[in-house]
Amino acid sequence: MQTQWSNETLREIFPAIWDGFLVVLQVTLVAGVIAIVLGLFVAIGERNGPVWLRRPLGALFQFVRNTPLLVQVLIVWTATSLYINPEWSAFAVGSAVLGVHYASYTSESYRAGIDAIPKGQWEAATALNLPARRVWGAVVLPQMARRSAAAVGNWIIAMFKEVPTLFVIGVMEMIAEARAFQGQHYTGAVEGYTLAGLLFLAASYPVAVAMRRLEIRLAKSNY
Amino acid sequence: MDFQAVIESLPRYGEPLLVTIGVTVASAALALVLAFTLGLMTGSRRLAVRTPARVFVEFFRGSSVVVQLFWFAFAMPVVLGIQFDYLIVAGIIALGFNYGAYSSEVVRGAIAAVPKGQLEAATALNLTPSQKMRLVVLPQAWPEMIPSLCAFAIMLLKASALVSVIGILDITWLAGLLGKQPGQDRLLHYGVVLVIYFILAWLIWTGMRALERKAKRGLGIDAKPAKGRLAPAVAEGGAL
Repeated sequence: MQTQWSNETLREIFPAIWDGFLVVLQVTLVAGVIAIVLGLFVAIGERNGPVWLRRPLGALFQFVRNTPLLVQVLIVWTATSLYINPEWSAFAVGSAVLGVHYASYTSESYRAGIDAIPKGQWEAATALNLPARRVWGAVVLPQMARRSAAAVGNWIIAMFKEVPTLFVIGVMEMIAEARAFQGQHYTGAVEGYTLAGLLFLAASYPVAVAMRRLEIRLAKSNY
Repeated sequence: MDFQAVIESLPRYGEPLLVTIGVTVASAALALVLAFTLGLMTGSRRLAVRTPARVFVEFFRGSSVVVQLFWFAFAMPVVLGIQFDYLIVAGIIALGFNYGAYSSEVVRGAIAAVPKGQLEAATALNLTPSQKMRLVVLPQAWPEMIPSLCAFAIMLLKASALVSVIGILDITWLAGLLGKQPGQDRLLHYGVVLVIYFILAWLIWTGMRALERKAKRGLGIDAKPAKGRLAPAVAEGGAL
C-alpha cells in the first residue's frame, strides 16, 4: 500500500489515465446513441405500441430502471462470455448494457414530453387526416424534442459519470487504468484516482452548466 | 441450469443482505442530513453561507460516484491522512456525500417553491426566521420533496452495489463469489440478486408513497397518490 503522494508518479500515470478518459468518451458516445434512440422507441412503444407489447415492455424497463447497473453489467457479461459469444468485447457489451440502462431513464423523459403535448394537437392531426408517420414526424416529435431535450441531456451527463462501473468487466477506463498501473508499479492508485476524479469534474461541469442554460432558455421560449 | 444448488445457498444471502441494507440506510441518513444542510445553505441570501455549500455540491455532483468511492477508500488515507478502521465507512461516506449533494438541489428547489405570501404572512405575524422555516416553510416544502428524494433513495440503493468492488461483502459480492464455485450457476445468482434489489426498490417506493400521503394529509391537501409506477421524478428539475 502506497503511503505518499508523488508528483513524479502523477506525471508517469497521466498518459494511462488520459487513455482511460478517451475510452470513457467513446463508451459515452456509443451508449449515448443507444440511450437516445432506444429510449424514444421504448417511450412510443409503451404509450402507443400494440396492446400486447405495452405491458411487457413497461415491466421490463421498470425492472431495468430499478436494479443496479453493476449487476446488470455482470450478468450480461457472464451470459455473453460464457454462453453466447466469447468473442464479443467488453467495450461493446458494456456500452450496450449502459445504453439500455439509461434508455430506461430517457424513455421516461420522452414519455413526459409526449404527455405534455396538448390534446388538441392530436385531435387536429386526426382532423387533418394525417397518416401516423406524419403525426409523429411533423406534429408530436418536434414538440416533444423541445420538452425532453434538457432532461435527456441530463441523463446523458449522468451516464457519462457512470461509465467507470464498466471496469468490473475489464473495459480499460480510468479506474481500470489506475488499477493496472498500481499492479505493475506498486504505486500510482492514489494519483490515478485523484486524476480520474478531476478529469470528470473538468469535463462534466462545463457541460452541466450549458445544460442548465439550455433548460432555462427552453423553459422561457413559448412552446 | 441447476436451480437446486442456488436454492440451497439462498440462506447465505442473509448476512450480505443486512450489509446492503445497512450501507443503503446509513448513507441515505447521511445524504438526508447533508441535503437539508446544503439545501438551506445554497438557498441562503448570504454569499458567505451560499458559496462554500455551492462549491461542495458542484464538486460532488460534477464527478463520478464510482471514482469517489475508490478515492475515499484508497486515496484519501494518503492525500488527507484520514484512515478509517473499516472500509465500509469510506463506502458510506462516498455514497452519502454524493447523493447528499444531489438531493440538496431538491431541498433548495422545494423551499424556493413555497409561495411568497406564506413568508410575508409569517413576517406579518412577527415569527423569527427559525420559526418561519420550522413552522411555515418546511412543513409545506417537505411533501413536495418526497417523490424526488424517493427517486434518489432508489438510485442510492442501486449505487450501494458498487461497494462490492472495494471489497465490502454485500449481496453483489456474494453472488460473484458463489457464482464461481463448482456446481453453481453464476447467471442464476446474479438473477437472484437483481430480484432482491428490485424488491428493495419497491419497498422504498411504497414506504415513500405512504409518507407522502401522510405529509399531505397533515397539510389538508387532498392526498393524491403519486404516479402509479416506479419511475424517477428526477431528471426534471435539472437534478444532474
